[in-house]
Amino acid sequence: MLDSKIPAGKLEEKWVDYKGHCKLVNPANKRKMEVIIVGTGLAGASAAAAMGELGYKVKAFCFQDSPRRAHSIAAQGGINAAKNYQNDGDSVFRLFYDTIKGGDYRAREANVHRLAEVSTNIIDQCVAQGVPFAREYGGLLSNRSFGGTQVQRTFYAAGQTGQQLLIGAYQALERQVALGNVTMYSRHEMLDVVKIDGKAKGIIARNLITGELEKHFGHAVLLCTGGYGNVFYLSTNAMGSNVTAAWKAHKQGAYFANPCFTQIHPTCIPVSGDHQSKLTLMSESLRNDGRIWVPKTKGETRKAIDIPEEERDYYLERRYPAFGNLVPRDVASRAAKERCDAGYGVGTSKQAVYLDYAAAIERYGKIEVSKQGLKDVAAEQIIAMGKQVVKEKYGNLFEMYAKITGENPYEVPMRIYPAVHYTMGGLWVDYELQTNVPGLYALGEANFSDHGANRLGASALMQGLADGYFVAPYTVGNNLADEIYNAAIPTTHPAFEAAAKAVADRIASLKNINGKQSVESFHKRLGKIIWDKCGMARNKEGLTQAIAEVQALKKEFWSDVRVPGEINEYNPELDKANRVADFIELGELMCVDALNREESCGGHFREEYQTPEGEALRDDENFMYVAAWENKGDHEWQLHKEELKYDVIKPSQRNYK
Amino acid sequence: MAHNNLNLKLKVWRQKNANTTGAFVKYDVNDISDEMSFLEMLDVLNEKLIVTGEEPIAFDHDCREGICGMCSLYIDGKPHGPWQANTTCQLHMRAFKDGDTITIEPWRSNAFPIVKDLTVDRGAFDRIIQAGGYISVNTGNAVDGNSLPIEKAKADASFAAAMCIGCGACVAACKNSSAMLFLSAKVSHLALLPQGEPERKSRVLNMVAQMDKEGFGSCTNTGACEAACPKEISIANIARLNKEYLGASLTAE
Repeated sequence: MLDSKIPAGKLEEKWVDYKGHCKLVNPANKRKMEVIIVGTGLAGASAAAAMGELGYKVKAFCFQDSPRRAHSIAAQGGINAAKNYQNDGDSVFRLFYDTIKGGDYRAREANVHRLAEVSTNIIDQCVAQGVPFAREYGGLLSNRSFGGTQVQRTFYAAGQTGQQLLIGAYQALERQVALGNVTMYSRHEMLDVVKIDGKAKGIIARNLITGELEKHFGHAVLLCTGGYGNVFYLSTNAMGSNVTAAWKAHKQGAYFANPCFTQIHPTCIPVSGDHQSKLTLMSESLRNDGRIWVPKTKGETRKAIDIPEEERDYYLERRYPAFGNLVPRDVASRAAKERCDAGYGVGTSKQAVYLDYAAAIERYGKIEVSKQGLKDVAAEQIIAMGKQVVKEKYGNLFEMYAKITGENPYEVPMRIYPAVHYTMGGLWVDYELQTNVPGLYALGEANFSDHGANRLGASALMQGLADGYFVAPYTVGNNLADEIYNAAIPTTHPAFEAAAKAVADRIASLKNINGKQSVESFHKRLGKIIWDKCGMARNKEGLTQAIAEVQALKKEFWSDVRVPGEINEYNPELDKANRVADFIELGELMCVDALNREESCGGHFREEYQTPEGEALRDDENFMYVAAWENKGDHEWQLHKEELKYDVIKPSQRNYK
Repeated sequence: MAHNNLNLKLKVWRQKNANTTGAFVKYDVNDISDEMSFLEMLDVLNEKLIVTGEEPIAFDHDCREGICGMCSLYIDGKPHGPWQANTTCQLHMRAFKDGDTITIEPWRSNAFPIVKDLTVDRGAFDRIIQAGGYISVNTGNAVDGNSLPIEKAKADASFAAAMCIGCGACVAACKNSSAMLFLSAKVSHLALLPQGEPERKSRVLNMVAQMDKEGFGSCTNTGACEAACPKEISIANIARLNKEYLGASLTAE
């Protein structure tokens, strides 16, 4: 049985009680305890900084050339917190409620409530670190709205909130490096977890510059390695984002939970051709002011600006009048797909919808005119003033769009289409963020715990920093208190030797295949299978086919991939081969999970299970559980269920109408 | 959208590792859509090299949306190539014409040793941050975020400096390989905020000392760094840095 270790007591008292009663490690003992942290995004950098501040001996690892590059940096829109600075009815409970509902009732109440509780501390901490959040003229912090909520609780720094938060965490981390509490291993990739007597006691990491395999001991191992969206090949993830660390943990016994819960973000720049290497997100914050539409006529050939107002279908506003353009991501994405599939798509590919700023520009222009007390202002002047306001709010996003597409979004509506953005699934963890392998933790996007079947915007940054700054330092400490009697294990221990040998053997076999096809070509094919059959809509037949196709692809990969270069040198192709091999295995499990879940919920839409209006049809009776998969060997998994209990919220069909 | 295909000649710096000497190697790339990004063009070339049994060109890249700072490349004599306020990953092939020859080199600076081909080691930047590029506040010590109002103009100026992505284009653009724009952006980001006040003096002194130790050259105010900066970090930050440094030196204990 899976024990989620949720503390007893009232929901709002669980975390307070936990902190009041958890075991502590005294300062002298902390100095003897070694903690390994893999990944330096928001979760990893904040955990490394916070654990270093507490006095633990931390070793932090990232595959990039600097911890500041981690992909959290690309998050644009903002970070939620239940501060209620706007006096618009926000509270810890409401943030908790919105997150559970947004996740379509597939997340744990206790974890999500804790997240909402610590959200306010995150903003305070970041401000203290010097994160330059947007401010009002009175000098106080500014907020904006995001999808799936009716309050303004999102803190932001233009369209670069992730960058500013990560730089804050990175600086806190570098401070600990300078103080000698954290040792940083950049350009290192974790290639296995080392277990001794059933507990995680270290990792095998490859120095990506020299190719050397290194053995590192830790009393605890924290995986903060992000999500697995790149299984789709095309996603908004960075090129290097990968599942390898989490997958190695899975192969070592850690359960992988809800892998089919992936988030397709509604507003991304559409694919332009076969050369495409990644997709670029246009922040959800753009849905605050932009209006989404398609022509009312199928196969429309006129330019957007030539289509009169009455011939435009603002389909989100039409279908969901209460939330309009700010419905949650899964709902907005499916609605875009529905219109394009029905033949109303725009652009050369017809796989796009318009995100239009004309109305917002005019509205802001008029506000400026009245603010400045001007009279008899020409229409062009109003538009020019409106453009200036839009530029201040979203300038960097508009510039990015212009660079990529060669079009000016101030003049013509942007074309957008959904793309893979985030993965709610991940390593199964209990309330303490510990996997079922003792001593092995997963934080941030790498775990499955807080977002259920769909994540609300501006909640990923919140979760990463909550886990790293405010949760793990307590929960990891609670378990390390039992480890103080155990001295560090020398890496000459046979378990380390055996793990290092297994990694070396695998690398050698990859290199020795010496086939004809590039790693990239396999990755593209994998992505196409998963996108077509386990993407925005899934069905039994497609998933069954996809499983067979992925299995065949795995066989072909291991007999015909070509990895150039040498093992003992800087060799990005070898790094990629290691990652793609793991993505292929994960791809199969995603389809297995999607096939098992015979319901639709959040980002998981099974075509067989929908309401007459085409909305997701949950089956709470049979599927109100976390699907945690145990690896049993090649192509074999055993399902463990963690029943979800809702003590406070009553699950209902999500309604954004 | 309508697009054109380009045939191009590339001159690419190839160098096996830090201990060997490098040289330019010429490649032809054909049928490149002008909708591709510059790095996608290199991907196309690398795929061709791999299947013909040659070694692909190593270059750093990650987010490919202009924010992580990992991509570099000195393209036709300009860091991040011909477009203003742009990173290499956001440079698109419509910047080039059919038949162009494009020269691609790594960042060149003694403080950024070459790892392989177009990849360099920018660890020096991390060490400069370690020397003081932070506010010393342990987790849990913070007061309420709104208890400290900050003038919007100052917050905005701080943010403008904090936008630095640490790519190193400023160093690559500078004839002296100076890191002053990078350093001044961090000093300004923190010095403009009241939270940065307590460590204001020690921060600037320590960071400058570390920069000198790393082997970056000195600043002669040519402005090449500002022109190359993908985030348009202003050279006014260098003036502020000099003022901060002078003030701190004169009043240091």
